[in-house]
Amino acid sequence: MKNLNSVFAAYLIAWGVFFTYYVTVARRAAALKEELERLKNSLNRGK
Amino acid sequence: MKKSSLGAAAVVLLLAAAAYAAFFIAPTDSRQGVIYRIIFLHVPSAETGLVSFFICFVANVAYVLKRQPKWDWMGIAAAEVGLAFTTVCLITGPIWAKPVWGIYWTWDARLTSTAVLWLLYVAYLLLRTLIEEPDRRALLSALFGIFAFIDVPLVFGSIRWWRTQHPQPVIMGGPGSGLDPVMRAVLFFCWVPMLALMVLLMQSRYRLEAMRGDLDIVRRESEAA
Repeated sequence: MKNLNSVFAAYLIAWGVFFTYYVTVARRAAALKEELERLKNSLNRGK
Repeated sequence: MKKSSLGAAAVVLLLAAAAYAAFFIAPTDSRQGVIYRIIFLHVPSAETGLVSFFICFVANVAYVLKRQPKWDWMGIAAAEVGLAFTTVCLITGPIWAKPVWGIYWTWDARLTSTAVLWLLYVAYLLLRTLIEEPDRRALLSALFGIFAFIDVPLVFGSIRWWRTQHPQPVIMGGPGSGLDPVMRAVLFFCWVPMLALMVLLMQSRYRLEAMRGDLDIVRRESEAA
């Protein structure tokens, strides 16, 4: 089974890239949601 | 359970099924051995990247014609997701090339045009960070995105038009080309989870950009108040 390690490495790297990207987008969305809520609350308090 | 979590779980299951098919259903290649199994990851990620850039192109054209923010959001989502898939293609290619060609990289038409494609969409994303005003940013990046898409037909056609180190096409390659029927079926099956993943990632990224649009509006209101 020559080169099997390379095939596993390719799969792990690919899944790692997709997972990292998904987590990054989710984190950015959570941070934006928090900021949006904070701004909306401060606007409502000001009214 | 939220709908998006269900979608993510379905994509993970599909990816696992595709990996199973790639390792246990597809026969081993008589010349390349096990290493050829990277094809089930490399080709679908490359094709999915091109599909994403096509969606980006359509969104860019739609923005220029209609000037609606949703097309800008779609454009950025598709560009970023396409870049993720092209990154995977550019990483898995050299891993496959080294044992087969004896080298990780060569500047042939397919590899070079793909590297240029990656750089063009990195430039598209960088351009967006340089312009503050939202409408101007959306218009200039849409125009740049339309220009960047010119490389997509070059990437697709490079192995058809020129003799390259990269293998000739195994799908839509004309007479004498092609794959063993089981390998071919597994290859198409492996493309399904990649497309599903593309949709999932694009939806998440689009929602993020839409939220950013809302935030800009609320910010302007709070500054005016």
